[in-house]
Amino acid sequence: MLWIDCPTCGRRPVDEYAFGGELRGVPDTITDPTSRDVDYAWMYDNVDGLTSERWFHAAGCRRWLTLDRDTATDSVVQAGRLT
Amino acid sequence: MSDFIERRIALSWAEPKRTYDVVIIGGGGHGLATAYYLAARHGITDVVVLEAGYIGAGNSGRNTTIIRANYGIPEAVRFYQHSLELYQGLEDELDCSIMHTRKGLIWLAHTEPQLRAERARSLLNVACGAETVMITPEETKQLCPQLDLTGGGRYPVLGASYHPAAATARHDRVVWAYAQGAMRRGVHVVQHRKVTGLLRDGARITGVDTTAGPINARVVLSAVGGNVSTVAAQAGVRLPIRSHPLQAFVTNFYTEAFQPIVSDTELLCYVSQTERGQMLIGAEFDRQPSYSLRSSFSFLQSTCAKVTQLLPFLGDLRILRQWTGICDISADFSPIMGATGVDGFLVTTGWGTWGFKAIPAGGEGMAELIATGRSPALLEPFGLDRFARDDTMADPGSTGTH
Repeated sequence: MLWIDCPTCGRRPVDEYAFGGELRGVPDTITDPTSRDVDYAWMYDNVDGLTSERWFHAAGCRRWLTLDRDTATDSVVQAGRLT
Repeated sequence: MSDFIERRIALSWAEPKRTYDVVIIGGGGHGLATAYYLAARHGITDVVVLEAGYIGAGNSGRNTTIIRANYGIPEAVRFYQHSLELYQGLEDELDCSIMHTRKGLIWLAHTEPQLRAERARSLLNVACGAETVMITPEETKQLCPQLDLTGGGRYPVLGASYHPAAATARHDRVVWAYAQGAMRRGVHVVQHRKVTGLLRDGARITGVDTTAGPINARVVLSAVGGNVSTVAAQAGVRLPIRSHPLQAFVTNFYTEAFQPIVSDTELLCYVSQTERGQMLIGAEFDRQPSYSLRSSFSFLQSTCAKVTQLLPFLGDLRILRQWTGICDISADFSPIMGATGVDGFLVTTGWGTWGFKAIPAGGEGMAELIATGRSPALLEPFGLDRFARDDTMADPGSTGTH
């Protein structure tokens, strides 16, 4: 099972967290209000390897954190940081 | 059973050529079924199926083999009902036993809202050609005497929807039967040949690069499970897919007969009995996307806690095996079949936790698309372009479980 280091609460099991998706850039629809960003709305990188993600500590401090995780092994590479 | 043991499947392997009309990446159920229907229905036999491991090594050999059509949106019900009917005739079509067994599916409701949802689903199913009826707790108990109607005092059974045509089949047999059918008609199936890249000519995909050299093709179909985002990215195609692990486990031999498939969308778990008498138990996919095939103890713990409330006899059994497959979960929980916007490159993906039951209809439809260039009516709603059109197929009948 995945254990995530919460910057506030310490090392807690994954069941306490809600997965918030890949960490992504600014959508085109903000920089260009006329565009329709299908890619931002629907598509994922779905990386097989190192990826940065957002997680929400739902059953803990209820704050968002950023996690670097290796999806090939499902292991945390860098502990959560509040951003 | 003796029929199953005596009639052997004859597979004949071929050395791949340099050029084919159609290259199919992925020797699972969907890839092999597409190859079979291309040859059997459309006379297209210049086809190769490339498999990185052995055929059926991926999700085709890891799923929980349930065939049902009680989905939550009309397009899906029609598609899966067609697949269910193809399965019923598959042993005759392929002249091969797949151990198809009609079992009936009980879908439990523990709350009034869930009961209403089941009623709505059964009406929708009937309207779209699939048989689903509402049954009382007493009728549920008759169909499954082992069921504790109080749900351990925590999950009382208020009623259920019942889908009598639901069945199971031996998944390996399905893969081998399609492989045999395709090979007999001249299709090449190559194992242990990993596709490492796609060949391009300008904007068009013209073949694949493999661990043993390139292969050219008019059409490349990705029937990959698990790593489809990586394959599609090589064609410059991004997909609305996340790959999540899905776990399941079997117990040791249960001495009594357990006829139906018992499923629970509120607790997100389901139970059936295999041909060997083992109890097969599955639940929802892991919350975080991952390509790791490692199984977890926490999954066993949480799933056992739920299923033993409903079926107390399971508490006396021992867990024999646990395993994991990587499921491509699409953003709207419906499959993605057809064109990608890149010439020469098609996908059949997004099979999430519902791919096995769709093998015949998915393969038949993709074969027609490749042969005629047009998506058949059953597949048309499931194109990748639906996301750009804001016409997604969000399906409450497929979320979470099998």
